[in-house]
Amino acid sequence: MKQGDGATTYGPEQQPRVGFFTDTSICIGCKACEVACKEWNLVPEDGLSWTGHSYDNTGELGADTWRHVAFIEQQPTHGDFRWLMSSDVCKHCTHAGCLDVCPTGAVMRTEFGTVVIQDDVCNGCGYCVTACPFGVISKREIGGDGGMHKCTLCYDRLQDGLEPACAKACPTDSIQFGPLDELIDRARERCEHLVESGVEDARLYLADENDGIGGAGAFFLLLDEPEVYGLPPDPVVPTKNLDTIWGAAAAAAGALAVGLIAAFIGGSD
Amino acid sequence: MSEDRLSYYGRPIIKEPVWKPEIPLYFFAGGLAGASATLSLGARMTRNEPLARASLFAAAAAVSVSPPLLIKDLGRPARFYNMLRVFKVTSPMSVGTWIASAEGTSTGVAAACELFGVMPRLKLFAQTIAGLLGPAMATYTGALVAQSVVPVWHEARQDLPLTFAAGSAASAGGAAAILTPTAFAGPARRLAILGGLAELVTVEVMKKRLGNLVAEPYEQGEAAKYTKLSTAATLAGTALMARAGRRRVGAVAAGALLLAGALCERFAVYHAGKQSAADPHYTSIPQRERVR
Repeated sequence: MKQGDGATTYGPEQQPRVGFFTDTSICIGCKACEVACKEWNLVPEDGLSWTGHSYDNTGELGADTWRHVAFIEQQPTHGDFRWLMSSDVCKHCTHAGCLDVCPTGAVMRTEFGTVVIQDDVCNGCGYCVTACPFGVISKREIGGDGGMHKCTLCYDRLQDGLEPACAKACPTDSIQFGPLDELIDRARERCEHLVESGVEDARLYLADENDGIGGAGAFFLLLDEPEVYGLPPDPVVPTKNLDTIWGAAAAAAGALAVGLIAAFIGGSD
Repeated sequence: MSEDRLSYYGRPIIKEPVWKPEIPLYFFAGGLAGASATLSLGARMTRNEPLARASLFAAAAAVSVSPPLLIKDLGRPARFYNMLRVFKVTSPMSVGTWIASAEGTSTGVAAACELFGVMPRLKLFAQTIAGLLGPAMATYTGALVAQSVVPVWHEARQDLPLTFAAGSAASAGGAAAILTPTAFAGPARRLAILGGLAELVTVEVMKKRLGNLVAEPYEQGEAAKYTKLSTAATLAGTALMARAGRRRVGAVAAGALLLAGALCERFAVYHAGKQSAADPHYTSIPQRERVR
């Protein structure tokens, strides 16, 4: 059973895995996704300041920003000025670090294969924050909330058969929602088409189930290296090295025990 | 701009850990508690009662400040008990919650029996559990930070638990050397010297194996400050313990230096993690080299 399927947990209630395909080549930077997300999910204000970074005044994903549109202005030495825009979101990883390390069980896999933090369980320990390769999660400080928050892929809307608010609001269909298999097929086609049409930089990001997170529930078509968009080029879930880590801890505990025993050689004085 | 220096306006890729200084303080207290509990058990088994008593009380003191530190750091402290409803091997924090709970309870019971001189059999039973769990208590915190995407922590996953074990040995030895009459403190002194030396070596090995780029936070800012303090205090404490540990004043000074060194080492690791997360290049450059 592939992790992320959830069929063992949900049985007959299991739904097809859904996700987002964000095609950044047709993003126009309108931020309708950011606004729709905030309104639907009652996400509080995330700062009303100017960053000076192109049209991006949101900065990054976090507890109070579940969709973030990045703006990159590029003026190459040869060629035309290029303005890249991309709407970032939680990746709903197949192997989700946040879910693995959560000590309360607050982070869970839904019947749709998405990853959700149950706000009524989270005790705000913050371990998920350090386990996310994409820096998606943070602590909500507003109103003394203290909990960790992130995109739920509109779990409530999914349960009512609706698409997530951001995808619904996107005027160019840069954000596409649907069953993951269909989205991946469509994305591959789109990427091939772009490359054939001369957009040689077009590439899919996180669409490969053999990558360090087992593929994502939210993947992207990018026009430059992931780092340019603030994304890690080769994300790996930290639990991939779980055996090494527990092995090192066990070896260290053993070494400490040996050291303690050795300290008694030679008597009391 | 070279290609491997790409970033989005220099913004971090991963989030800085939200943990406050309570957490490195706990790493220190937990290590001290764990190693002290085992030292106490060893002393009891070798019929060294003054050392057994002193290190048991040191363990009890350290273990009693641990829950308040951990709970205070939570975003929602009133819900700390939610950790006690789950057990997950994929989460060192979950495993550690149970280790720390068992360690805290057993040490507390043993120390109470010792203090009031009651129920010797319960005392021995509780002390045995505390002593056996001690090494796990002292090292799981290394696994906890290693199980993260913070480069300076995750890439040191082979080394961090051993570094924490060494610091725990140094601090438990140091504390017991302070609290025990010198004629009975031989094992404590040897543990302190052994731990101090191991701490100095393991920290250097860890930095070496991280490589220049990933280990860089240890050379900068707060992390560098605490690294230097830790090295100086541990070096001085170890040397002093070896030379003057048999004298009361020497033992107290050396023990205090070793405790300070172990504490600063945890703060160095804590700050290095924060600094490592704050700069996108520590995350992106090693990953870029991997995919090339």
